[in-house]
Amino acid sequence: MSASELDTLKAELLEAIASASDLTTLEDARVGALGKKGRVSALMQRLGTMAPEERKSYGQAVNAVKLAVSEAIEAKRETLAKAATAARLAAERADVTLPVREGPLAEGRIHPVSQVTEELTEIFADMGFSIAEGPDIETDFNNFTALNIPPEHPARQDHDTFYFAEGPDGARPVLRTHTSPVQIRTMLANKPPLRIIAPGRVYRCDSDQTHTPMFHQIEGLVIDEETHLGHLKWVLEEFCKAFFEVPEVKMRFRASHFPFTEPSMEVDVGYAKVGDEIRIGEGDQWLEILGCGMVHPNVLKAVDLDPKKYQGFAFGVGIDRLAMLKYGMPDLRAFFAGDLRWLKHYGFAPLSVPTLAGGLS
Amino acid sequence: MKFTLSWLKEHLDTDASVVEIADTLTLIGLEIEDVIDPAKALEGFRVAEVVSAGKHPDADKLQVLQVNTGKEMLQVVCGAPNARAGMKGVFAPVGAYVPGIDFTLTKANIRGVESSGMMVSERELEISDEHMGIIELPSKSRVGSSAAKALGLDDVVFDIAITPNRPDCLGVRGVARDLAAAGLGKLKKDPVKPVKGGFDNPVPVKLEFDKETKDACPIFVGRLVRDVRNGPSPAWLQARLKAIGLRPINALVDVTNYISYDRARPLHVYDADKLSGAIRARLGKAGESFEALDGKAYKVDEEMCVIADDRAVLGLGGVMGGEETGCTEETTNVFIESAYFDPKRTARTGRTLNILSDARFRFERGIDPQSAEHGIEQATGMVLELCGGEASNVTVAGRAPKANKPFRFDLRLIGRLSGLSLFHRVIVRKLAALGVGLEGEGHVLKAVPPSWRPDLSIPADLVEEVVRLTGVDKIPATPLPRLSGIAKPVLTVAQKKTRAVRRLLAARGLVEAVTWSFIPKDEAVLFGGGQDELALDNPISTELSQMRPSLLPGLISAAKRNRDRGFADGALFELGQAYRGLKPEEQFVAASGVRFGQSSLDGAGRHWSGAAPDAGWAAVKADAMAALEALGLPQSKVQITRDAPEWFHPGRSGAIKLGPKVTLGVFGELHPDTLAALDADTPMAAFEIYLDNLPPSKRKSTAKAALDASDLQAVTRDFAFLVDADTDARTLVRAASGADKKLISDVSVFDEFTGQGVPDGKKSLAIEVTLQPRDKTLTDEEIDAVAEKVVTGVAKATGGTLR
Repeated sequence: MSASELDTLKAELLEAIASASDLTTLEDARVGALGKKGRVSALMQRLGTMAPEERKSYGQAVNAVKLAVSEAIEAKRETLAKAATAARLAAERADVTLPVREGPLAEGRIHPVSQVTEELTEIFADMGFSIAEGPDIETDFNNFTALNIPPEHPARQDHDTFYFAEGPDGARPVLRTHTSPVQIRTMLANKPPLRIIAPGRVYRCDSDQTHTPMFHQIEGLVIDEETHLGHLKWVLEEFCKAFFEVPEVKMRFRASHFPFTEPSMEVDVGYAKVGDEIRIGEGDQWLEILGCGMVHPNVLKAVDLDPKKYQGFAFGVGIDRLAMLKYGMPDLRAFFAGDLRWLKHYGFAPLSVPTLAGGLS
Repeated sequence: MKFTLSWLKEHLDTDASVVEIADTLTLIGLEIEDVIDPAKALEGFRVAEVVSAGKHPDADKLQVLQVNTGKEMLQVVCGAPNARAGMKGVFAPVGAYVPGIDFTLTKANIRGVESSGMMVSERELEISDEHMGIIELPSKSRVGSSAAKALGLDDVVFDIAITPNRPDCLGVRGVARDLAAAGLGKLKKDPVKPVKGGFDNPVPVKLEFDKETKDACPIFVGRLVRDVRNGPSPAWLQARLKAIGLRPINALVDVTNYISYDRARPLHVYDADKLSGAIRARLGKAGESFEALDGKAYKVDEEMCVIADDRAVLGLGGVMGGEETGCTEETTNVFIESAYFDPKRTARTGRTLNILSDARFRFERGIDPQSAEHGIEQATGMVLELCGGEASNVTVAGRAPKANKPFRFDLRLIGRLSGLSLFHRVIVRKLAALGVGLEGEGHVLKAVPPSWRPDLSIPADLVEEVVRLTGVDKIPATPLPRLSGIAKPVLTVAQKKTRAVRRLLAARGLVEAVTWSFIPKDEAVLFGGGQDELALDNPISTELSQMRPSLLPGLISAAKRNRDRGFADGALFELGQAYRGLKPEEQFVAASGVRFGQSSLDGAGRHWSGAAPDAGWAAVKADAMAALEALGLPQSKVQITRDAPEWFHPGRSGAIKLGPKVTLGVFGELHPDTLAALDADTPMAAFEIYLDNLPPSKRKSTAKAALDASDLQAVTRDFAFLVDADTDARTLVRAASGADKKLISDVSVFDEFTGQGVPDGKKSLAIEVTLQPRDKTLTDEEIDAVAEKVVTGVAKATGGTLR
C-alpha cells in the first residue's frame, strides 16, 4: 500500500471514530480498525511477507496509523463516557427545592412550666439548694397545722382548700394548697443545715381569668444557725437578676403576714409596660411576685427543731406566674389546655437546656 | 378596710401627703388596694353666686342668670325653679364634663339667648338623685373656690387590705397608731371620756354558760340611755359612713357602725322597750331561730353564742343582731351592748350560717378584749351628743379576757433574725409607739404586749414589728455563704431520670402538655381508677372531680380537642403524677404519650417523600423503648408481654416488664371503646411508663468498660422461617440468639410477611444473624454448623421451618 493509500485509510478510520455517536459505534470502529480482522491489523499481518528494508519503513508507517487510531479511540471513548454520564445525571435531576421533613427535633416541645422549673433549679443549685419533693395529697397536719395554721385560723378560709372525704381515722386529707408542706417533710426527714427548693403542683378551689384550680409553686427553705433576713434579701435579689436575665432588678419588700413565717414579707419587682409587654428591671410600677419570711418558731417546734438554736427563711413563688412574666404568656388557663398551637408557640425546643454557663434562655 | 383622710387625722397629727401615707401603709404591711379622691371628678366645678335672675324673653320656664364665677361674670340660661339672685351654687364652666348628663359643656344658644356654662343639680354631679333644683350652697361658701370642698366631697378615701393577724387595724385608730410608730406623725390623745350614769341600769345582764363554754362571751357590758330622740345622724357622720361604703340608717345604729370602724369595736343597740326581762348571753338551743337585721331567718344550734331575753333569741353574739329588737326612729330608750365574743366560736357560727358582717369580721380575728368598757363609754357619749337623753350606770357582767402574757425579749434577737443593727433606744421607741411595754435593763427585757395586739405573743413577733417599722430596705443584703467552690450537682437520681425522659420524648417530636391532676370520674373508671377515696369532697366541677389513675385520659382528651381544632395529626406527652390511693407511696410518676392521626418518629401527616404511617403500636413502642433506653434500660434487658390493660387494643398492645413482677410500662393502640367513651373519633396509640418502677441504678465509676472490638470480620447469614401466625417474633429471636451464644452477636428481624406463597395461618419471619468470630476467621463448615443450630433451635422453640 502506498503512503497516500495509508493516509487515506488513516483518514477514513479517524473519520469513522470521530463520527461514532456512542460507545457501541466506537467499538465497531475499533474492531473495524484494530480488531483481529481489522484493516490496520490486516496491514500488520502483511509485514511478515515483506523484505526487511521495506518492512522497516512500511512497519513504521502502519504503526503510526495504528497509534493515531488508538489514541483517537481513547480520546473519543473518554468524550463519549463523559457525555453519557452527563446525560444520565441530567436525567436524574431532582427538584431540590422540595421542602424536607423538619424532623422530630423541630416538632417536639418542652412545656414552659418544665423549662422554667429547670431554669430555677439551675439558679438555686448554684447557690447550694437541692430539690425536695412531696406528694400532692397531703395531711391536714403538714399542709396547715405544722405550718402554724390551727383548725380555726382564718387563713384556712383564704386557702380555698380541696378536701377528700374523712378517712376512718377522722382525718380529712387535702390537696396541698401550697408547696410549704414540703418544708415540713424535709425538716422531719433531715437535720439542718438545709437548703432546698421544692417545685410542684398545688391546688386551690378557685377559677377565673387569673386563677386555675391547679398551678405550680416553688418553695425555698434554708435552715441553719445563722441565716437571717439579709441573706433572704440577697438570695431573692440574685435570683431575680439571674432569672429575668437583667443586670439590675428594682425590688420592694413589704411587710405582710403568713402564719408560717415571722417576720413575713411580700416582694414586688419594678417593671415597665411597653405595649403588651412587661419589662422587669425597667420602669417604676410594682408587681407582686412572691411571699417570704423567717420560718416561724412554731413551725420549727412542730418539726422538733429548737428555735433558740435553728433559724432560717422560706419563700414561695408561682412558677406559672414567673413563666408568664418572663415569656409573656397572657393567660394562665392556657397552660393546662393542651392546645398544640399554644404549646408549639410558647414551648421550648427539645435541646434548649437552660444552663448558667450558656444563659438560661 | 376603708377610711378617709380627715378621719385618720382625727387620730393622727401629721403633715404627710396622701402619697406618703399610702406608700407607708403599703410598706408596713397595711397594703393599699385603692386611694380614691372624690374631688378629682369634680375638679372643674367651682362655687359661684347668682347675681341676678331675669325672665327668658322667649321661654316661660327658663331664667337668664348673671353668674359671678369669681373670675368673671357670665350669662347662664337656667331652668331650675330655685335659681334666684343672691344664692350660691355649683357652676360648671364651658369645657367641663358633667357626669350626670354625660356631656361636655359648650357655649350654647338657648332660644336666642347665649349661655356660657351651667348651674348644676346633685344628680347632674352624680352625688345623689336630687334633681328638684340646682345645688344651694351655704352663703358663707367662697365664690370661685373648689365645689368639691364646699360640698364636703374632698375627703380622700383609703382602702387597705388587712392581714388576718391585725384586727387592731380594722379600726382607724389602729391604723393611725401604726403610721405614728412608722414615723409619720403623732398619735393624738384619746378624746373618749367616761360618762357618769344618772340612775341604775334597769336591764339585768346574765351570762348563762357552764365552765367549759364560758369563754364564748366572757364579758358583757350594758347600759341604758333613756329619753333619746333618734333620727337621721348629722351630715358629718353620714358623709363618713357613705365615704367608706356604709349606708346611714339612724343615729343610734350609725353610732355603732362608726365605732366599729373607728376603734375596731363592734357594738349593738337594742330598743329597750322591746326587750322582755333580762338580757342573756348563752348558747343556742335546738329549735330556736330568729329574724336577723338582714331580713333573713336563721336557725341557731347548740354551738352558737346567742343573745336572748326572757322570751326569745334576739341575735347572734358577735355576728348579727335581730330585726325585732333593733333601733328605729321611734326608739326612745336604747340599751347598748359592748361585749367580747370568742373568735373561734364566732367564726364557726358565721361560717355555718354563711353570714358576713363587720362584727363577725372583727370578732373572729380577735378584737381588743379590754375594749368593752371603753366602747360603751364612747357610744354613750355619742348617743347623748346626737340624740340627747340620760345614761344609766354601766352594768358589767363577767370579766374581760386577759391580753397575751408578758414574755422575755432579748433585743439581740432582732439582729440575729434580721441582720439589722439598731440602737436599743430606737428599738424601745418603736415598740413603745405600738403600745408594747418594755421593762428592765440591758439586753433582756420583759415585754408586755398591748391588749389590742393578739398577734404579739413571742419574741419573733416583736422582731417582725421592729423590721416592719424600720423597713426591709434598710436591711443589708448578705451573700449566702457558698457551700463549695464549684456548685455540686443536686438532682436526685429520680429527678435526673425525669429530666432525661422529658428531653428524650420532646426530641422524638412529642409536645409536652400539662393536664389536670383531676378528671371526670367516668374517665378515671375507664382507666382503672375512680375509687371513692380519691374523689374530691368539694370539686370545682364534675369535670375536675376525681384524682387521675393515669395521664392518658387527659392526654387523649387534649388530643381530641386538637383534632377538633383542625390538627389532623400530632403527638403529646406529659410527665406527671397519678394516684392509686391517698397515701404518698400511692402517688406515682408516669411518662405518658399519645400519638394521633398519621404520626411517627419521622414526622406527621402526608408528605411528598411518603406519608407518615397511622399512629400505631410500633410508633409508641418505639417511643417507650427509647425512653427506657434513656433511663439505662436497653430493649435487650426488658421483656414484652401481651398483658396490657383493657383500655388498649387487645391484639395491638403490650406490657414492658422487668422480670415477671415489675411492669415498667404499657403501650399500644387504644381500644375503640375507650376512644368512643372519651368521644375521640380517630385512632390513637399511647404509651405510659412508670418511672417509680425502674430499678435503682447502681452507681458506676465514670470510666467505661474497655472497648471489645474484634479485628476479625463479622459474618452475616439470612434465614426465613415459616411459623404459625401467632408466633411471637421475640420467641424466634431468642431461640436464634441462643443457638450459639459465643458466636452469635446479634439477631435482627428484617421482614415479616404474610400473603402470596405463605399458607393461611402462617407467616414468614426473616432474620439476619451476625456471627462475630473471636480467635480466628470462620470456615464455611463452622458457619454452616452454626446455621444448622439456628434452624434446629428455632424449630424447637416455634415449630418453624426454613422457607
